[in-house]
Amino acid sequence: MTFRRYLVLAVITLTASCGDTFLSRGMKSLGPVSLAHPGQLIHAIFSPWVAAGIVLLIGFFASYLTALSWADLTYVLPASSLGYVIMTLLAKLWLGERVSPMRWLGVVFITAGVGFVTRGPSYTDHSAATTHPIREEELETAELEPSELEPSGEVRQ
Amino acid sequence: MTNTFLATTAMILSIVVTATAGDILTASAMRQVGDLDLIRQRSGIFGAATAVVTNGRFGLGVICLALSFFSLLFAFSHRDLSLIGPAATSLTFVTNALAAKFFLRENVDHRRWTAAIFVCIGVALLAF
Repeated sequence: MTFRRYLVLAVITLTASCGDTFLSRGMKSLGPVSLAHPGQLIHAIFSPWVAAGIVLLIGFFASYLTALSWADLTYVLPASSLGYVIMTLLAKLWLGERVSPMRWLGVVFITAGVGFVTRGPSYTDHSAATTHPIREEELETAELEPSELEPSGEVRQ
Repeated sequence: MTNTFLATTAMILSIVVTATAGDILTASAMRQVGDLDLIRQRSGIFGAATAVVTNGRFGLGVICLALSFFSLLFAFSHRDLSLIGPAATSLTFVTNALAAKFFLRENVDHRRWTAAIFVCIGVALLAF
């Protein structure tokens, strides 16, 4: 993993959490939407906070797709889940919501989960596993996982 | 079992199933497309965008994610955010790990399982 790729994960984390917070802020200022008047949802899209939230979520989706092009889904999802922590902090500090001790414990669990996954390899390289069986054995002696190999035999960053 | 319990379960399951299908299909599409950074260097940003949006699995994935979004909105209109949000998100973490192992053949080692379970517990605790 290069610094640039960690930066993409950071962008996913920030845009998702800030986007959802902006949506929540916008919808709270507009008030509850009745199912009998779904047109109010269209009107909500053009309010400044909701529009800003949608722009951020488009940025999230673009960076999420970029990350999925070079990392596994089971790596990207936990690695970007620090967004729940940021969302909790924004809810407390900006929206003034009460955050209970149980929620802070949840934040600790999520942070630990992120720590676990980001210390491992980011991508399962199927071609390395099938075309370089000898290198896999060599890897075991070097205590590296097959997914850390490039097809060329180099170890992924 | 009451009808309320069954209805809540059905709502959560519909979100989890469509979100998992959407995530797996988009991840599979991006694996087919290849490294977007390299494609952008070769064909520019429009070339990269074209490679993504013309992929069939990506289209199916977006449809599933849209269904998941509307299932979520429907559930929010009937049940509390503090129940639906964490329950659906944390269950999706586990189903994604299972589906990625079987459909994408990802190497879901003990580290990733631990991370998925930790995040799952953490998201559930956010409901309190």
